[in-house]
Amino acid sequence: MLKRPNYLASLAASALLAVFVGLPVVLHAQDAVIVTETTAVVEAVEEEAPPYTTMEALQADPMLYAKFMIDNLWILIAAALVFIMHAGFSAVESGLCRSKNAVNILTKNLFIVATGILTYAAVGFSLMYPGDSWIANGWLGFGGFGIGYSPTVTDAETVFAKLTPAGYGLDMTTWADFIFQAMFAATAATIVSGAVAERVKLAPFMIFATLLLAILYPITGSWQWGGGWLSEAGFKDFAGSTIVHGVGGFAALACVIVLGPRLGKYLPNGKIRPILGHNMPLVAIGVFLLFLGWFGFNGGSVLSADPVLVSLVFVTTAIAGAAGIIAAMFGSWAILKKPDLSMALNGALAGLVGITAGADTVTPLSAVIIGAIAGILVVFAVIFFDKIKIDDPVGAISVHGVCGIWGTLAVGIFSFDAAHTVAIQALGTFSICATAFIFSLIVFGLLKLVMGVRVSAEEETAGLDIGEHGQEAYPDFQPVSEA
Amino acid sequence: MKKIEAIIKPFKLEEVKDALADLGIEGMTVSEVKGFGRQKGHTEIYRGSEYTVDFLPKIKIEVVLSDALLESATAAIVKAAKTGKIGDGKVFVSSVEEAIRIRTDETGEDAV
Repeated sequence: MLKRPNYLASLAASALLAVFVGLPVVLHAQDAVIVTETTAVVEAVEEEAPPYTTMEALQADPMLYAKFMIDNLWILIAAALVFIMHAGFSAVESGLCRSKNAVNILTKNLFIVATGILTYAAVGFSLMYPGDSWIANGWLGFGGFGIGYSPTVTDAETVFAKLTPAGYGLDMTTWADFIFQAMFAATAATIVSGAVAERVKLAPFMIFATLLLAILYPITGSWQWGGGWLSEAGFKDFAGSTIVHGVGGFAALACVIVLGPRLGKYLPNGKIRPILGHNMPLVAIGVFLLFLGWFGFNGGSVLSADPVLVSLVFVTTAIAGAAGIIAAMFGSWAILKKPDLSMALNGALAGLVGITAGADTVTPLSAVIIGAIAGILVVFAVIFFDKIKIDDPVGAISVHGVCGIWGTLAVGIFSFDAAHTVAIQALGTFSICATAFIFSLIVFGLLKLVMGVRVSAEEETAGLDIGEHGQEAYPDFQPVSEA
Repeated sequence: MKKIEAIIKPFKLEEVKDALADLGIEGMTVSEVKGFGRQKGHTEIYRGSEYTVDFLPKIKIEVVLSDALLESATAAIVKAAKTGKIGDGKVFVSSVEEAIRIRTDETGEDAV
């Protein structure tokens, strides 16, 4: 048995935590003046609409064109930063699973990046942003196959109308808009790959991921970012706590329910057998890469290089991530007797997911609270899901599903824009998360009926690297294990 | 010829190797093993679930030597590997029927 709980340590940890949450709450009350000032600045910024209507006018005005170039450039940089998150996901997932499944996990991650970009180019982008081409108004729209603009078009008016999405008020090219959003799509699907790792069959997973990217993600996204019924209702999801993370998390939950836990994880006597990750340094590096990418994920969601908003978003994002780390680290110390590194790393991501819905509409002090609560939530959620026999090797459901909902609701609580209410936030997050869950239950359930979604027991024991790929991740120093 | 198999605590490897080298014994095979005797394991915790680690890492040293060196070698190993705490390990001695040096085809005591 672990030594008798060190009550002094638990007390110290709880006290630190109380200070961390209590102090910001107290200071939050003094925020009123700062809040009104920031709100005024933010509103002034948002009211500016692009004044150009032709490419000639845009390029003839050096100031306008310079602003266009800077806004566009920031979006491209942000897209590249979001891309790096896939390196982060790959490292986190493979590090938290056993070495005998590393090749399989990396293959799934690689597939998702590729499929994400291609599917989004083919149909996803125009399903998510149908413009005026709604089929079922506010619920389903489609702007046509492809990205929506080809470099071979030379007609001046078409060039302008198609190349710059000035129609919906964005100061960037259609390609920049596309590539930034395409990177987001893939991150939603990769959340599922972590939760189903170590026992899912490759082919049905690929089919499911493609359908998630082609149908579920863009359609639910269109309800908000594409100008659909949720945006009409006043729902706010700045960078996707619900649209990306909630969708991924609840799709993951449905798939894990259909798939079942790993062999030997839950013993018949009710005990939970931990299955240790094989490389903690890799997990840590992965989380740092994800944190880095989040500056693009949230920073780019301002959809311009506006210095006030982007700076604020960088600050709230970093603060929430930091608060998540501290909360999860000390939370796990208090609850589990020792600080758990993997929980602290999950805490970083939880804080980041939590701030993603409102990074541009909360104060830095609110960001501390949002991140800290997310960090505590994730510790409890990981333990909870294990208790109800939902086997999630990487904590994806806890980090993205649970904290995605929290982050979305938090906007209703902490936003300095009075138009955001918990009720509307709840409407948005529960409708999208429920849709993701039901869609995934049906699709993955059908795949289970038609082709089976789980590898055989022998293959699972020997490792998916051998079974699915005929390859090993560490052939030099890892003997292949049988039974 | 005799074979000594010694299971010792990993951090004692250098000391034991040096003690054997002082006696003129410079060939040995070392493997990383896991095991337990009367020393119990310990409890660890991973993401909220506790588990016991029964098998503790040890080092196994195998030395084949002439009968003349046996007593001093075993004494040297025991002295170097002892900490006085539980889990110090064990030494086993067995007889070896034949030994062959691959490079030169020497056999018997010339090969060890």
